[in-house]
Amino acid sequence: MAGAVNLLVQSHPINSALSLIAVMASLAAEYLLLGAEFVAAVQVIVYAGAIMVLFVITIMLLNAGKEERSKGSRVAILLGVPGVLIGGVLVAWTLLYRSNMQATVPIGALKGDPGDIARLLFHDFLLPFEVTSVLILIAIMGAVVLASRPEAVARGARKDG
Amino acid sequence: MIPLSYYLLLSGILFVCGVLGFLIKRNIITIFMSIELMLNGVNLSFVAFAAHWQALSGQVFVFFVMVVAAAEAAVGLAIIIAVYRTRETLNVDRVNLLKL
Repeated sequence: MAGAVNLLVQSHPINSALSLIAVMASLAAEYLLLGAEFVAAVQVIVYAGAIMVLFVITIMLLNAGKEERSKGSRVAILLGVPGVLIGGVLVAWTLLYRSNMQATVPIGALKGDPGDIARLLFHDFLLPFEVTSVLILIAIMGAVVLASRPEAVARGARKDG
Repeated sequence: MIPLSYYLLLSGILFVCGVLGFLIKRNIITIFMSIELMLNGVNLSFVAFAAHWQALSGQVFVFFVMVVAAAEAAVGLAIIIAVYRTRETLNVDRVNLLKL
């Protein structure tokens, strides 16, 4: 949570990225406490590994500096912060006082070992799993097309045609 | 034994932090990181509920959310690179035209 607040406070994107990594790592520990070993491992590998490396590389590549304040950002702060805070307090109040506090989660209660999850993933959720693989493929192709220089794309098209 | 509402509260705090960052920040990369923070908050509530109901489907859903987040990060960062190449800025207030 401290990492999450730090992400907001820091004005330099690389510091925000580092605090986001801290958030991911502590969330992985939280998943382990809940007994979800597979999700914890995937969290570390996919989020803290792959996605954050992408972010850091982009920050380095684009040479991002300190952000600047503008008129629009001040309006967003004035209107957005109170609204969001009101919403957050409402949710917290509902959770703490309107839900039954007897509902507890024992530490490490859930059997989240990879075997059970794999059985579920490849039997009951087989079709969504295949669809996500197609989605990832499309995302990769889209990223390559978007990030490549326009001249390079045109040259490739000429070569094909 | 940890009350379920504590987990939900933490996930709500993460989500609110993400929304705040999305609104306040002007740097497009930081806005993207706020979106990731929101997704993580939702994931935490998924796992907490999965542990509460003793249902593994919640964890499978977390897996799908992660896949979507990865795809979104890849495409989004590619878009950021393309935008930066055409207008040399990362400030979202300066990106006000779809066509240059």
